[in-house]
Amino acid sequence: MGFHRINLTINGELEQVDVPANMTLLELLRESLALTGTKNGCAAGECGACTVMINGEPVNSCLVLAVECAGAEIITVEGLARDSQLDAIQKAIIDAGGVQCGYCTPGILITSRALIDRNPHPSEADIREALVGNLCRCTGYVRIIEGIQEASRM
Amino acid sequence: MAFEGTSGGYNGWIFTNLASWFGLSYDLEEIPTTMNTLPRLPEFDYVRPETIAEASRFLAAHAGEARPFLGGTDLFVQMRDRVSKPKYLVDIKCLPGMNDISYDPSVGLTIGAAVNMNRVIAFPQVREHYQVLAEAAQSVASYQLRSRATIVGNICNASPAGDTIGACLLLDGVLNIHGQDGMRQEPLKDFFLGPRMAALRKGDIVTSIQLLAAPDGLTGKYLKLGRNRMSDLAIVGVTAIGYPDQSVASGYRMKIALASVAPTPLVVDRVETILGETSITEERLILAAQAAMEACKPIDDVRASARYRRYMVRNLSLRAMRAVWEGLQGRAA
Repeated sequence: MGFHRINLTINGELEQVDVPANMTLLELLRESLALTGTKNGCAAGECGACTVMINGEPVNSCLVLAVECAGAEIITVEGLARDSQLDAIQKAIIDAGGVQCGYCTPGILITSRALIDRNPHPSEADIREALVGNLCRCTGYVRIIEGIQEASRM
Repeated sequence: MAFEGTSGGYNGWIFTNLASWFGLSYDLEEIPTTMNTLPRLPEFDYVRPETIAEASRFLAAHAGEARPFLGGTDLFVQMRDRVSKPKYLVDIKCLPGMNDISYDPSVGLTIGAAVNMNRVIAFPQVREHYQVLAEAAQSVASYQLRSRATIVGNICNASPAGDTIGACLLLDGVLNIHGQDGMRQEPLKDFFLGPRMAALRKGDIVTSIQLLAAPDGLTGKYLKLGRNRMSDLAIVGVTAIGYPDQSVASGYRMKIALASVAPTPLVVDRVETILGETSITEERLILAAQAAMEACKPIDDVRASARYRRYMVRNLSLRAMRAVWEGLQGRAA
């Protein structure tokens, strides 16, 4: 099984990496690049803990091959803050108390950032629909939803 | 017992010691040595052909050990579960034309194999003319999964549970397939042979699906019963469509397709007859729903019993057809 050399942009930084064909984007991020903010939950596209953005669209990184990301722009939770300023969505979810154990949080942040990017003023129903693919077993979602609503008002 | 060399040796150490205290012995290779015990994808080679002809040739030359893939949302899960172990994965989503979606009133809707479901849902003419297809696609998993999942992938998996297949069948879907002898067309209705078995030959690649130009007044409904309200696989899925048609005695052509209740996606032809031969009334809708229940052949599985599925086919078929019928009358009024 051969390695593939790929170039991709991760959180604004150009990276060149050699990846085996069966390495997922999630494994590349966590194990090769030490970007451990993105979590591994179910490895089957159901829990959303591994959600990252590829070219602006959220995807389950456990179901994407690293080699498929040649030339792509990836944003992980580490890339949301700019110049040591948290992103509006990060601030809002902290203020709303939408974090408990924190395992789902990186995925939820990426999903909600992507939601607000494509729909700047989502209704509560839009937010609930967008969160279908991000399981949270602590918060019961109420404060997460409040946080996203608050962020969309900023 | 040298487990220093294994990654995550600490967990291995605890596990081995616990096991030995209880008088058990394990092969070190089988011990989960990291916190994450989820298996990786098995080894394979990744191939990305430049042209469709090259892709067909490669697939034909490695029949049985090479698989084409688009979003991989189903395939990678099967591979992780070791249900599928291809030696080569052929990435066909960057081939020319695979990412195109277009609508032409004289041809209908053409969806390239690699167009993801979110793009289909957002495509203006899909929203305008094929709302039932958007509804079905919207019921698939989550937004982030749909940014990889495709309609053609859903079809080629040939799962009886495929949410978007019903709408494609009822809208007379035709597949454009590139095989060893070049391009050909196959009607979707002859494509499904059994659970996860599709009528594809060596070297075949489905490049797009074409749906009938939307008839005037087309109304549709997709109803899905899952274990939760959103995102689950279908226990029962019902697609219903209807449109005015003067060549039919009732004045309307109504059709129904069922998911997850037969070895293949199922179109219930009797529904079209029952609702075509005489004016549509609540009694006729009930009769048609009964016919849908009688036509399905569900099995017991982890999600539901066959008996429950049968009743749900009747109930959901009735609801879906009522919604379509009310929609049609609303338009007529």
